Amino acid sequence: MTKHQSQYLIKKNNNEYEVVIGLEVHAQVLSNSKLFSSSPTKFGAEPNTQVSLVDAAFPGMLPVINEFCIKQAVKTGIGLNAKINKRSIFDRKNYFYPDLPQGYQISQYKNPIVGEGSVTLDLPSGEKKIGIERLHLEQDAGKSIHDLDPENTFVDLNRSGVALMEIVSKPDLRSPDEVNIYIKKLRSIMRYLGTCDGNMQEGSLRADVNVSVRKKGDKKFGTRCEIKNVNSIKFMQMAIEYEANRQSNLIENGETIDQETRLFDTKKNETRSMRSKEDAHDYRYFPDPDLLPLELGDEFIENLKKEIPELPDQKKKRFIEKFKLTPYEANILVSDIETSRYFEEVIKNSDVKLSVNWITGELFALLNEKNLEISHSPISAKNLSKLINLIKDGTISGKIAKTVFELMIETDKNPLKIIEEKSLKQQSDPKELEKIITKVITDNADKVKEYKSGKDKLLGFFVGQVMKVSGGKANPQLVNEILKKKLK
Amino acid sequence: MSEIIDLNLVELVQKIKKKELSSKEITKAFVDRSEKSKKLNVYITDNFNEAIKSAENFDSKPNFEKKLPGIPIAVKDLFCTKNLRTTAGSKILNNFVPPYESTVTQNLWDNGAILLGKLNCDEFAMGSSNETSFFGNVQSPIGENLVPGGSSGGSASALAAKLTPVTIGTDTGGSIRQPASFTGTVGLKPTYGSCSRYGIVAFASSLDQAGPMTSNVEDCALLLEVMSSYDLKDSTSVEFKRNNYLQNLNENIKGKKIGIPKEYITDKMPKEIEDLWQNGISYLKESGAEIIDLSLPNTPYALPAYYIVAPAEASSNLARYDGVKYGFRSNGENLIDMYEKTRSEGFGNEVKRRIMIGTYVLSSGYYDAYYLKAQKVRRLIKNDFDEAYKKVDAILTPSTPSSAFKINEKTNDPVSMYLNDIFTVPINLAGLPAISIPAGLDKKGYPLGLQIIGKAFDEQNILNIAYSMQKKIKFKNVINDWWLK
Amino acid sequence: MSIDLKTVKHISKLSRISLDDEKAKKLEKDLNSIFKFIEKLNELDTSKTEALSSIVETKLQLRKDEIKSKDIREQILKNSPSENKDFFVVPKVVE
Ligand SMILES: [Mg+2]
Ligand SMILES: [Zn+2]
Repeated sequence: MTKHQSQYLIKKNNNEYEVVIGLEVHAQVLSNSKLFSSSPTKFGAEPNTQVSLVDAAFPGMLPVINEFCIKQAVKTGIGLNAKINKRSIFDRKNYFYPDLPQGYQISQYKNPIVGEGSVTLDLPSGEKKIGIERLHLEQDAGKSIHDLDPENTFVDLNRSGVALMEIVSKPDLRSPDEVNIYIKKLRSIMRYLGTCDGNMQEGSLRADVNVSVRKKGDKKFGTRCEIKNVNSIKFMQMAIEYEANRQSNLIENGETIDQETRLFDTKKNETRSMRSKEDAHDYRYFPDPDLLPLELGDEFIENLKKEIPELPDQKKKRFIEKFKLTPYEANILVSDIETSRYFEEVIKNSDVKLSVNWITGELFALLNEKNLEISHSPISAKNLSKLINLIKDGTISGKIAKTVFELMIETDKNPLKIIEEKSLKQQSDPKELEKIITKVITDNADKVKEYKSGKDKLLGFFVGQVMKVSGGKANPQLVNEILKKKLK
Repeated sequence: MSEIIDLNLVELVQKIKKKELSSKEITKAFVDRSEKSKKLNVYITDNFNEAIKSAENFDSKPNFEKKLPGIPIAVKDLFCTKNLRTTAGSKILNNFVPPYESTVTQNLWDNGAILLGKLNCDEFAMGSSNETSFFGNVQSPIGENLVPGGSSGGSASALAAKLTPVTIGTDTGGSIRQPASFTGTVGLKPTYGSCSRYGIVAFASSLDQAGPMTSNVEDCALLLEVMSSYDLKDSTSVEFKRNNYLQNLNENIKGKKIGIPKEYITDKMPKEIEDLWQNGISYLKESGAEIIDLSLPNTPYALPAYYIVAPAEASSNLARYDGVKYGFRSNGENLIDMYEKTRSEGFGNEVKRRIMIGTYVLSSGYYDAYYLKAQKVRRLIKNDFDEAYKKVDAILTPSTPSSAFKINEKTNDPVSMYLNDIFTVPINLAGLPAISIPAGLDKKGYPLGLQIIGKAFDEQNILNIAYSMQKKIKFKNVINDWWLK
Repeated sequence: MSIDLKTVKHISKLSRISLDDEKAKKLEKDLNSIFKFIEKLNELDTSKTEALSSIVETKLQLRKDEIKSKDIREQILKNSPSENKDFFVVPKVVE
């Protein structure tokens, strides 16, 4: 496929517009306690039960930083092939909002903990590198609930102070599909690292989406709009499509685009300007005087490098080289760390080709149907491996294997046991098979005549008959051989 | 025998340990005098009944191992005290009852002390005369309608008037040393990082430091010993070996090199302050110290830099007072209206003025010109001191450019009010320790103080110098109990 | 440089403090005299000076990732101006 074919373009009259996208992903750090306080980060607790005096910004309360969150950010930085900054500074971003108890968010502005890096995407057209501008640590805000009361907004501070990594990409993305692949890749890397669970339903991963358009071939970027806090890939894609259309329409009509923040209305499927009548934000960033600059030693960083597991890109390379997988197969198997673990467990004792087919075929279909993660698969890697070995050594046919697979779902039983209980073992005894074949030939004398007169295609019919009589258990390969001999 | 209220802290501790006095007798004496001293307006919230109960408790199970056994102490109302209202002198915290205790006050109680009450102060510690408090101005025991200084004005007054044996204050730009100077008492601002800021209502985080206010240097050494601690709850707290300052107090300062910075000599300096300074120099010489003239060239820029840094930090620190979680709320038509009314009615004029200054210097387009510039000036000021300390062990200056002034005398001119802190502010910017000791009286009979500035974490040294000077100066505070008459 | 009334009103908005015209005018005067005093800093050349980031020269202490606080909802909400037992409450925010 050529580059041109994969390009995402908006056609307006005689013009074609290219869309330019940059993402600010907010990824919740996996940690027990919050970034600057020791209250829990558990999802779904009763409102305001995970709030300390620090989180609620009581007078005289001070932030004390969580070492683990720093490690998580550095690890993520390493996973993004990024520069780790040995000195970073926490700043205050000042604004008033009820779910921001301090009246400022502690974030990192001029000196983030992680600098430039990159993420490689596997696109149908080939690999594409997306630049990472920076990653910084910051506090999450609480939650404002607007629909519990007609006159009031309720505030729950459980999330207040939870550690977030804000991962800012360069404006290197060019289509909703690329955004989809980028988010999934980012999530995959963080899950491999154990730094973020990537659970979008629980808000562990959200993004501000920066969108601009330009005429195809233009070098200069257009004016961008920032769509705030979009919490699913689907919505990101919808918002980008809407926004690309809106902006190219404006340009077509000779109007200009205002640089502004917008929100995506998921009910109306449109973006809307968020700018209130109030003057534009002026966050008055300055270094938080309650904290000192964060200095990381070489040893600290080196030790974390040792903890970095094999990441998707390396794993993919290994799978291709060692197991002779196609890049496509490798991609599917490494995209999720649990899948890759499952795969490696299965192939420990089983044929690779068969394993790939069974995992990406039957197993994925099953998981899809039951809406399950592979970590909750009803069939364990061990038993799937056994099933595959039974096919390989001819104990059962592929067809019978599917029946066994179905039976394994309920109980995750050893397939060999199921085969024995249900007498599903393949019939591979030539004497027994000959008996059946002889009977089939005798019963279908007319068809034998036709076959002998040159209708080769009828072989399939005989095989089918033999299988039917044997209850599907006859070894198809042997049946074929014997049939051919007998019909000569 | 002198009366209980005339005894200093060290004497009271001894008498308790020798069982010559009970905690209850002492506590009652200070409570009684406090009750009769309403005119001074030093207490925002008293804890008298509880204090007497605590004293009885102490007496029934006395622990004489403690450093402050059964000693009643009133504290500035900027320290959060568990289950006792803490206002910071502001309407916006008028009804705030903290469910927690500040580390510094906890250290006092852990050492056996008893809380007498919460003392008036300038609103959020912003002021130099204790006239910005929502709870009204404080009278100085030195004279009627005289300011006690600020922002720890209630503390200074209560101490000088003998309503508490010792007290604690906070010092962001001079808020301990200036009122100590105005009231003839001793006040020490420790090195930044020495006393925990946990649980102290913040004014300007990079400058705020709690410290002791006492009637003599020995008490100051003992109280500092108790207050200072390494605290994991404050990221700016510094781990260093804290001395037994009282035990190590030593008047021998022979051979010590004391610097006299020429930039502290201003054109407008009253003759009597210059004389006082000269006297101080003579005393030091008599004690065998070596006097060295030095230059701290960036001193004139300290106050302007301070009036950028402190309001900037304050504007952000005070953003949490928004009527949502605690404190005063004024109902508004909508959220923004509620915010604006709450903060407009809840804060006094000086606080609002400083929030505005701070917001302005941080706002887009002005950050580099003001805030960043001030942080650079701060570096230069610190460098000045670093250079000086290559040559000297400590520095001697006056504490204030004048003695106490009349209530309302300077309220209409903020800049003239700010100039009060001209000699104290550079020390906060550089994070150094400094002590103000009473050194004499002016023509009007008002006390004047001298300031000894030390190297970082060298509190023992400035205490020793102060101790030696105290013996030479033999200052006697003249308190005629005018408010009791 | 001087601060005009428009700037005063802008800062008052940013700091969420309402000001009537009379107060704004008084503040304009005060701020101008304060900033006139602050302008003294312009005498200093700081182009080669690095800004001070912290007066404390030790390393930032790091905390272990342990949950230490317990549920103190009641204490947290007790001082709040509203009576609600579960939430902080503010006038409805319209987005
Ligand atoms: Mg953003
Ligand atoms: Zn962010």
